[in-house]
Amino acid sequence: MTAYVEHLTPFLRKTPFHPRIEALMHGSHWMRWTGHYSPAAFESVQSEYFTIRNGASVYDVSPLIKYRIRGRQAADYVNHLITRDLSKIKPMHAFYTAWCQDDGMLVEEGTIFRFGENDFLLNSAKDQLHWLEQVAYGFEVEIQEASNELCGLSLQGPQSRDVLRAFGINGIDHLPRFGILELELQGRWLRIDRAGFTGDLGYEIWVKPDDALWLWDRLFEVGRDHKIAPIGAQALETARIEAGFILIDVDYSGALHALRPSNRMSPYELGIGWTVNLNKEGYFVGKRALKREKEQGLSRYVLTGIEIEGRKPAPGSFLYADRKGRRELGLTTSACWSPTLKKNIAFARVPSAYAKPGTEMWIEIWYHKEHKIERSMVRCRAANRMFYDPPRKSA
Amino acid sequence: MQQGYDAIIIGGGHNGLTCAAYLAKGGEKVGKNKLKVLVLERREKVGGAAVSEEKYPGFIYSTCSYVCSLLRPEIFRFLDLPRHGLQVIPYDINSAPNPEGEGIIYYNDHDRTRESLRRHSIRDAEAYDEYAVEISRHCRFIKRMLLMTPPDPTQINPFVQNRINPWGHREDLDGLLRIAREFGQLGERHMYDMIRFWSMSVADFLDQYFETPRWKGLAAASSIIGTALGPYSPGTAYVLLHHYMGEVDGQIGAWGFARGGMGSVSKAIAAAAVEAGVEIRVDAEVDKIIVRNGKAVGVALKSGEEIYGRSIVSNADPKRTYLKLIDKGDLDAIDPDIHRYARNYKIRGSSGKLNIALDGLPEFAGLGKEAAYGTVDIGGDFDYIERAFDDYKYGSWSKRPFLDCVIPTTVDPTMAPPGKHFMSVFVQYVPYQLAEGPWTPEMKGQYEKDVLDTIELHAPGFRKLVLHVQCRTPWDIENEVGMTEGNIFHGELTLDQLLFNRPFPGMGQYRGPFDNFYMCGSGTHPGGGVMGAPGANAATEMLKDFKRGVVQ
Repeated sequence: MTAYVEHLTPFLRKTPFHPRIEALMHGSHWMRWTGHYSPAAFESVQSEYFTIRNGASVYDVSPLIKYRIRGRQAADYVNHLITRDLSKIKPMHAFYTAWCQDDGMLVEEGTIFRFGENDFLLNSAKDQLHWLEQVAYGFEVEIQEASNELCGLSLQGPQSRDVLRAFGINGIDHLPRFGILELELQGRWLRIDRAGFTGDLGYEIWVKPDDALWLWDRLFEVGRDHKIAPIGAQALETARIEAGFILIDVDYSGALHALRPSNRMSPYELGIGWTVNLNKEGYFVGKRALKREKEQGLSRYVLTGIEIEGRKPAPGSFLYADRKGRRELGLTTSACWSPTLKKNIAFARVPSAYAKPGTEMWIEIWYHKEHKIERSMVRCRAANRMFYDPPRKSA
Repeated sequence: MQQGYDAIIIGGGHNGLTCAAYLAKGGEKVGKNKLKVLVLERREKVGGAAVSEEKYPGFIYSTCSYVCSLLRPEIFRFLDLPRHGLQVIPYDINSAPNPEGEGIIYYNDHDRTRESLRRHSIRDAEAYDEYAVEISRHCRFIKRMLLMTPPDPTQINPFVQNRINPWGHREDLDGLLRIAREFGQLGERHMYDMIRFWSMSVADFLDQYFETPRWKGLAAASSIIGTALGPYSPGTAYVLLHHYMGEVDGQIGAWGFARGGMGSVSKAIAAAAVEAGVEIRVDAEVDKIIVRNGKAVGVALKSGEEIYGRSIVSNADPKRTYLKLIDKGDLDAIDPDIHRYARNYKIRGSSGKLNIALDGLPEFAGLGKEAAYGTVDIGGDFDYIERAFDDYKYGSWSKRPFLDCVIPTTVDPTMAPPGKHFMSVFVQYVPYQLAEGPWTPEMKGQYEKDVLDTIELHAPGFRKLVLHVQCRTPWDIENEVGMTEGNIFHGELTLDQLLFNRPFPGMGQYRGPFDNFYMCGSGTHPGGGVMGAPGANAATEMLKDFKRGVVQ
């Protein structure tokens, strides 16, 4: 009975690439991303997926939330905020890291770009300003919400380098993984970093909003012979699960947004313990708790990969130690059929004793079949969560 | 003289390699009884008819088979083929150009296909769903039989031990009961439908549903590919099913391109086989199978070398195996009927191939640009195809042939330079031998011209894009790959040569007439199409015989 609907004004924001995306959208598969229109799929999720693994896919990443971090003590601040050791990251490099609360529970994980000694850009999926400013107490640092200053396209897939070469990006062949390149092309400022959310060879290209349509048009013009195509979030979802990347609100709740404290997870529990450097100089937020968790083995479980028999995807399914289902171990978060690996894969929270690759478990899958919900109990095995890791990713 | 192989496989096609890999891994229960396996390949590389070759600088051709769908997902997974480099990229579009008006095109998207068909006939668009359901029902029924040794209804007495039933099992009875149960679940009406379907002509089948002549011609395409029959010939409806029962990632009937060409399929299976411990020898042509006292004991190579093993497996087609590799005397000593079966086995060459390097993407008459990204079937109504068949019947290539064209480079960036394309043109019908005699270069040139003219008619401007053409007749394919008459399925897929009757009565369960002798090629159940199932099924039967001590 929302009679007031006629009085509402449309509020979803459009990214600078919107006119081009809208023109290619068949069937109106829109979804929301930080309050923006974002494509879930253009026409065929399957062919979009194969563009990622076979050609060059284009995905609008403009809706990402961005924070500029600058100031005399910016480096010290960032090093205090994050779990990784910043001293190992050189300027003009990006890096993936976690940041936690004081009790070691993950706030979020994401990519931070380091442009200079004290010049950073942090990309996140959720609003962080309040938290970032809280942590900044006592540091001489300036934090600015900068989401609308840049817009970007993620160009991912084995042909992505060929596209950028055809685009005229000098030095793209020598850009190492996580390297950043800034340049001018046809009088326009461009920033290119070699990172992505697909686990494949790929880049992100950032421009000023005014140059967005120029970027899109040029990219598709030079990319036509290199199998370039736009993709939506559904195709990306499969790729990111294959690559073993976790997603906030799917695989974990950010500590700032988790209603129940026990829903929060630590980096160790999420299987990204490698981002935690307990030996780095000085204190960082969560260090004491993480150190204790590691030393005393306090992790409740670990998010591992599993390979499941059969083909029914198993999101939100319970895992058991035995076929009868008497001993419950945990449950899956993300799950999909991998069209590249021809495997039924998922992420599962299980006790660390079960996370050793090859460990056999049983999983209860409920699925729809011809107007019925059917149940099957099938074998699954723990596996490295990075299911797909082609050499070209870092070559 | 060499000794010590558990199995020697003659022919390194995809089925021979699949069989080898399964044997070396010891079947599904990995490591239980691994066998020492040798694969002998006549050519300088493995792959048989699933090969990629650079015939023109910078262009990789899938020289024989060209699309992939039927390769069983179980095999894909068991041999972990993705890890060995295989990626199959599905495509969504299927179309038929029309030089006189609007072409017909259908898509993966149901609603889009419906819209497209409605432009030609509302009745056809409405009937399409019902038709698709019937096809799916048949697929579901037959799918379960693919990775299963076909039960032989003459062997329902489980106590008889004979050549077909060497260790007194009752699997035939069990298998038949299983099929009967499935069949029983269909319900009366669908039971009748199914029995009719298996022996119907595709024209009669499609006439039940559709009215647009060109749409029916396009739908019939899958039923004549590789088959020496016309759309009005009984039995062609099943061939349609044979092309639909494949899948890509659970999508029944979807077809895809193997990244890097069809050679990637063979390469990946070979890599899996080698990893499992299989020894592969190329440039090793087998001349004869050595039979002693009714037992296959080894093979003699063309080079004079003799290799002995506990079992011999032939991946060659039935005609080549029984008429060329085995002495008639050896066969007659077992059963004189076998030689007769082999001579009468239907394995007619009916299709040729043009592999073309293109300077750009062609545009097809009456179709949008997207058509080039999927299968383009150049033909017409039933009469067009039947007329093409008439030419063939009387010993000539079709002057206006039916052509199944794909351009894998629309999605695969690895097969041609950027902006250039490789086009595979499957030509139906082309005889193995002309009425006048064998193929001459002039005749071949004329055949090539007729095909290119046909394409030009349906894709104006096409000829200007052509950089290079590799033209192949069934005779060429036989001489290169070794398949008798270049028949792509190792024998016609008609009911008399299917299931337990494939290849011959009494030999439908991968066992040959001699002890320790097996067949694993597409001439066995369930047949051709780069499915891998014959190889895997043969290995399963062999492993059972090894376990039971039937193979000494």
